[in-house]
Amino acid sequence: MKTFNYHSTKDVKEATKLASSSSAFLAGGMTTLPSMKLGLASYKDIIDIKRIKKLSGIKASGKSVTIGSTTKHVEVANSKEVKKAIPSLAALAEGIGDPQVRNRGTIGGSIANNDPSADYPSACIALNATIHTNNRKISADKFFTGMFETSLKKGELIEAIEFQIPEKSCYQKYPNPASRYAIVGVYVAKHKSDVNVAVTGAKSCVYNEKSIASALLKNFSSSSLDNVKISSSGMNSDIHASADYRANMVKIFAKKAVDAC
Amino acid sequence: MKKVSLEVNGKKVSKEVPDHTVLSVFLREVLNLTGTHVGCDTSQCGACVVHVDGKSIKSCTALAADIEGSKVTTIEGLVSNGKMHPMQEAFKKQHGLQCGFCTPGMVMSAIDLLNHKKNPSDKEIRDWLEGNICRCTGYQNIVAAVKEAASKM
Repeated sequence: MKTFNYHSTKDVKEATKLASSSSAFLAGGMTTLPSMKLGLASYKDIIDIKRIKKLSGIKASGKSVTIGSTTKHVEVANSKEVKKAIPSLAALAEGIGDPQVRNRGTIGGSIANNDPSADYPSACIALNATIHTNNRKISADKFFTGMFETSLKKGELIEAIEFQIPEKSCYQKYPNPASRYAIVGVYVAKHKSDVNVAVTGAKSCVYNEKSIASALLKNFSSSSLDNVKISSSGMNSDIHASADYRANMVKIFAKKAVDAC
Repeated sequence: MKKVSLEVNGKKVSKEVPDHTVLSVFLREVLNLTGTHVGCDTSQCGACVVHVDGKSIKSCTALAADIEGSKVTTIEGLVSNGKMHPMQEAFKKQHGLQCGFCTPGMVMSAIDLLNHKKNPSDKEIRDWLEGNICRCTGYQNIVAAVKEAASKM
């Protein structure tokens, strides 16, 4: 790993002031540190945001659950508030990586990285999340812009993610047996007036599978998906699964999710 | 350079290290605590698992500077009065190791499991050890060792 200057900050202003074109914020470091070790990324300054108290914690209201960006996966998985308001979100957190990754990895880090196979981006899309940064609010459908790309500007810091509490929801994934990243993951959420079917792992970026969502909006049952056809166009194809296989899995895992809602 | 002050296995240590020093390097190369192993060095294999403030983490993927002020326990810190920890005893008795390279991480991870759950099922043990890879594939006896330790801890 190339050397850098490590800064530990205690407030958001100080953190964003230190940010430059050659800096990165460090939360759990579960992706940042391995990427730096492998030479895929290098920075002049690493700005550790874990000691900024206001960035960590979980708050639930009647309509939404707001999770601070440095809240760890283990905290979301074990949170009484999350389990009560959106049990599928706690279950998603419990399925990320392994216990040691869940003890360090954070929700803000996961969505800022926007790995095409990560779990949390699908929760943001399915649960109509709003991403609160240090200077604006971004709706999830405008946040994830491409493979490892988001609409965050350089030096912009995620403070919290606000999830809308659905009527019912479920996340089902086919995990890669080695990494537990999703080969295909489908997060189905039924809200009062809409249904979202967020798919991760299948394409270069998380997306809302509208054909399944509109079928479920008419009739929220897995049988309503029998005649829905998912095209393999734009689907990932790699040593783990072909594009056709992934297209098929999207429908199968959507059905599983609906049945488990 | 950064001054890093930690408590490692009950002893206070304070060392000046380059900013990019990860905890596994700090333990092995600065403190000469080579019981913590480094396998993949990219947080997949779990050979480097240690406890930081009572929770298991992969020490290859945490900066020493970022652990500042914490209490760290490594495999060397498990022995008390010359006696092995019940988890170490159980790994020995159940032949829960072949080459032994993954063992420090397995032991540290398994102790964290038992701190959460007193009597885990086989499935819970296997799920928990998700992040620990044994290249000799000795998982059967590792699970047996964790079960044995659970009955004694």
